[in-house]
Amino acid sequence: MGAREDILSAVRAAGVPACEHPGAAGLGVECDDLAARFAEMLSAAGGVCVRVPDLATADRALREAPAYRQARCVASLVPGVGVGTIDPARVGDPHDLAGLDLCVVPAELGVAENGAVWIDGRRLPHRALIVICEHLAVVVEAPTLVADLHQAYARLEPGGGFGLFLAGPSKTADIEQSLVIGAQGARSCLVLLVG
Amino acid sequence: MGHPQSAGRFLRDEVRARRHDQSLWWVRQQRDAAARRVPDWEALRERAEAIKAHTASRLGDYLEEFERHATARGARVHWARDGEEHNRIVHGLLAERGARRLVKSKSMLTEECGLNPYLEARGIEVTDTDLGERIVQLDGRHPSHIVMPAIHMTREAIGELFHRTIGTEPGLTDPKALTEAARQHLRQKLLAAEAGLTGVNFAIAETGGLVVVTNEGNADMGTALPPLHIAAMGIEKVIPRFEDLGVFLRLLARSATGQALSTYTSHFHGPRPGGELHIVIVDAGRTGLLGADGFRRALQCIRCGACLNTCPVYRRSGGHSYTWVVPGPIGSVLAPSRDVVAHQTLPFASSLCGSCSDVCPVRIDLHDLLLRWRQEIVSRRVVPFGRRAAMRVASLVLRSTSLYERVGRLVRWGMRVLPRRWVAACSLGWARQREWPVPPRESFRELYRRTNGRP
Repeated sequence: MGAREDILSAVRAAGVPACEHPGAAGLGVECDDLAARFAEMLSAAGGVCVRVPDLATADRALREAPAYRQARCVASLVPGVGVGTIDPARVGDPHDLAGLDLCVVPAELGVAENGAVWIDGRRLPHRALIVICEHLAVVVEAPTLVADLHQAYARLEPGGGFGLFLAGPSKTADIEQSLVIGAQGARSCLVLLVG
Repeated sequence: MGHPQSAGRFLRDEVRARRHDQSLWWVRQQRDAAARRVPDWEALRERAEAIKAHTASRLGDYLEEFERHATARGARVHWARDGEEHNRIVHGLLAERGARRLVKSKSMLTEECGLNPYLEARGIEVTDTDLGERIVQLDGRHPSHIVMPAIHMTREAIGELFHRTIGTEPGLTDPKALTEAARQHLRQKLLAAEAGLTGVNFAIAETGGLVVVTNEGNADMGTALPPLHIAAMGIEKVIPRFEDLGVFLRLLARSATGQALSTYTSHFHGPRPGGELHIVIVDAGRTGLLGADGFRRALQCIRCGACLNTCPVYRRSGGHSYTWVVPGPIGSVLAPSRDVVAHQTLPFASSLCGSCSDVCPVRIDLHDLLLRWRQEIVSRRVVPFGRRAAMRVASLVLRSTSLYERVGRLVRWGMRVLPRRWVAACSLGWARQREWPVPPRESFRELYRRTNGRP
């Protein structure tokens, strides 16, 4: 017998008593001011949330950010927010993205209880864009905010390709529990909350 | 060497031992604060426990469902009965493609399987990319904690290590500067890698997807650049539904570090365009544990590390004092199921205070399981003769009223008249850092008899 059959038959021979799946109903948190809570939790995660009424203002807010002003190599996947100096869709090999100073990406929704945004990998020419850039700016529409992860998963397509929840910039506390922002991925994370 | 001896060594460096204890207690407090902000915390824990119990009862079906869906999305699924088979599969995948440089993100499973030495012996350069794991790898050791691998080291020691291994300036102790140096060093390794290996936090049967959680982004870097992604998972990582993730992810980071969510929670469904995804599903003793009625619940573990952070024994003895790759209460429950003789001291490395069970996000009754292992170990006569004999004597004495009274009188007399050093020697180490109390002149029973007549 192969390993697969060996393992599956051992699992089935274990005789674990049957019990039902409890479902996901009845859990979650209530939240009156989703935007305020989102901004608070994002800040706790080391990110910055800026509320803007429309994309034009989002563009202006981004241009004022130090990460943008100092950036020489920029990619923007959100038309009208920031000016890209490269088009990542024309980059064949993700290794060539090394040296990218700033990347502007769209997010599908935001989660108030933890300050995370959902980024759909199908909208990224390369998955590497999220982590290889020195700084990250995320554009998310305020009406997409949900209170908790249960609501977030209910809105996502189960198994829709690659995607991630991103909560703030890359960080580590591996040296004596001292928090350092900017481990392997982006050193800062600016979320522009539109509307 | 058993846990007591190794712990004794760890405690010789008092400064480090104190910082270790304080760092972990701080993480425990962060966890408490995060949990208190979630009004449905206890309901979440109960739900997570129930989902895991249900999954275990139909694990075979869910593994097959996972395999079917993952394959349909273009991933290749491999099965490994043990660590050796797992290592062979991973090496085969690398060798077939001529890949010589592998980057890894955190995976306790590959530690358990001994993957790094296996690959290195076959000419493959393995780089652990989680900062803590890279630190212990450069130091030639294993993680001492499942979430914070280098928690046993001071910043001074890490600065010295980096100076020696990656050429930072001597005397660097600022965590920020050390992290920056590691970032530059690891970026080179990540850009040069020909394959990336990750662990798996959750495998979703319903969609065939994998969820991998990191704070640094190293799993995303390691899988987004090279064309080959290998994911290694134990059979217990599978969960039934996509929506179940909401339950587990709300618990995981809060229990681990007190964060509401880890920075990167990546969902992989199939390989990326033009790339390959291989998933290795490993048993390595897990089916044995699944079949053990009393210990099955240990497989519910989601590896958050909360039981380590809260454990008074772990905090004061360090992860390297444990004889298994997973230290702390959960490791002490898992290890004896692999080799009860080799890990016989672990179930005793606990005060049985129950704090581990209180913080466990999936409600594993860890202290009960530790006690159960003690009973197993004693009944299987694994415990050394001296201790077994002492227990036999104690059992005899405690069963007989008259014997107990007579021995009590003898001991009280002995403690008064014998030299203190002799008394301490009889106490099996108890009096090493404590003073013996002055024994009372008479026992409670004698006092009662004197004042009230016979009881």
